[in-house]
Amino acid sequence: MRNYWAIVQKELHTLFVSPIAYVVLAAFFLVTGFYFFFYLSGVLDYLMQQALQAQQFGGNPPPFDAPGMVMQGFFGILSFVLLLLLPMVTMGSFAEEKKLGTIELLLTSPVTHLQLILGKFSALVVFLSVMLIPTILNTVLLFYFSEPAPPLAPMLLGYLGAFLLGGALLAFGLFFSSLTENQIVSVVVTFCVFMILWVIDFAAGTASTLPNETLRYLSVLKHYEDFTRGVLDSQHLVFYFSMIFLGLFLTSVSLDSIRWRK
Amino acid sequence: MIKVEHLTKQYGSHTAIDDVSFQVQKGEVLGLLGPNGAGKTTTMRILSGFFPATRGTALLAGFDVFDQPLEVKRRVGYLPENPPLYGELTVDTYLRFVATIKGVGRGRLQSCLGKAKERCSLEEEGERLIKHLSKGYRQRVGLAQALIHEPEILILDEPTSGLDPRQIIEVRELIRNLAGDHTVILSTHILPEVSRTCERIVIINNGRIVAVDTPEKLTAQLSGGQWIQLEVQGRAEELPALLEAIPQVKSVSVEQVETNHHSVSVETQGVEDIRNLIARKVIDAGMDLFQLSAQSMTLEDVFVELTTEEKEVGEEVSA
Repeated sequence: MRNYWAIVQKELHTLFVSPIAYVVLAAFFLVTGFYFFFYLSGVLDYLMQQALQAQQFGGNPPPFDAPGMVMQGFFGILSFVLLLLLPMVTMGSFAEEKKLGTIELLLTSPVTHLQLILGKFSALVVFLSVMLIPTILNTVLLFYFSEPAPPLAPMLLGYLGAFLLGGALLAFGLFFSSLTENQIVSVVVTFCVFMILWVIDFAAGTASTLPNETLRYLSVLKHYEDFTRGVLDSQHLVFYFSMIFLGLFLTSVSLDSIRWRK
Repeated sequence: MIKVEHLTKQYGSHTAIDDVSFQVQKGEVLGLLGPNGAGKTTTMRILSGFFPATRGTALLAGFDVFDQPLEVKRRVGYLPENPPLYGELTVDTYLRFVATIKGVGRGRLQSCLGKAKERCSLEEEGERLIKHLSKGYRQRVGLAQALIHEPEILILDEPTSGLDPRQIIEVRELIRNLAGDHTVILSTHILPEVSRTCERIVIINNGRIVAVDTPEKLTAQLSGGQWIQLEVQGRAEELPALLEAIPQVKSVSVEQVETNHHSVSVETQGVEDIRNLIARKVIDAGMDLFQLSAQSMTLEDVFVELTTEEKEVGEEVSA
């Protein structure tokens, strides 16, 4: 357990002294903040029109879930930005250790692969929290100014989905980072794979044939969408937890390969 | 303390080390000597548990590296060829991290840190970022991380590389001081290093062990004798015959430097020192002796001989 904490601490230290961390955070807040504003003003314009129409033709404007609309748009862009930015957070995790030779220190210390991988993964999840938690401010604003207060579930589940999606992406990023000692290779491979995961979503379409169903099941974003709609389905939880497990397991195999590689 | 048997490591068809066996006693300093690419680093990486051998076993402190890697790793301090440092950490943070993952308890952490820094003369550098340190200091931090958990066994891969001459002397001094409490294996391709720090040498070339012995014996065994240089004054005509009467003398050659002044080289065989006999002969012959010096075949000569004529010498050594 002390090994695990020591590794978490060291990882957080190296993550947060790197300028990449701040570039990623700045880009993330900028883009998500802009889109939140964009969606919010779009919805407000629409509401204004509705109100004007209602005034002209008499009667009440139809009920409209404005906060829900804004949050769905916001969570949609959130997932896309995570796909773009998380490879940059994970690229150094193992690649840099290999390049510096510090992997020799880690692998010749009485630390198990489990402690090492979970330590690194936990630090990455902490970083993900630093990205996501400040955006809760947006939600708070929506709650504060909405009449009547919007339902809580879609928001909470949206964040749960964002964390699970982010976790799965981080686990795979960790794996790709462990394959190479070059951060650029690591980030490019991770990025390409994430792009494929994104495209799968479109390829799957809406048809209900077996291949389409399968593709749809594999799409990391499809599972996420239900969360943002406020639906908690155990199949999505199973999907994300298995993705995280798979990513970390592959990382462990990759570390082990140093032992049996010819 | 360390028992290595028939260790072999293959990368595909390339054999990095081939059937390497040796033992190290507790408190001994063993030098692994060989040209670059001989398999020193591979051997050390196997012993430190970084990767396993293709065949063979290695026992460190009573534990098998492959069966009980964690037990071995707890007892081994390892300095790889390039010190494994995180540039963005300070020396203290780095050493604390290493100590923790090496299993040093919270209570002992501060004393271990202090001791390691003192031993490697890093007391003043605790707050500095590693990336701002010079090469020599980085090497010291590398050494400190190997020492920090007070391991029974130290594996040092080229501990003096990149250091200036004064630092090299300091590090050698440090290694000599560590012997006794710690069992040390160090590798180098620099000869004076082993002859000054090690009690025993393993010479390795192309992945195979070509010789194992103490520096002195290795030199004696291979040269099988000495060169003795004399400077004499007087008539030197009978000198070769006189000297060749000594049974240990193999050959004598005389060269006239000035009138009446000769330089004589005598080749002897066996490990016995016969300088006194030679001096007596010269004086008895009525000549004046100006200089008499013996030269052993240096380790350098042995090394070159072993690593260039590997097969021949290998047989000679085992014979």
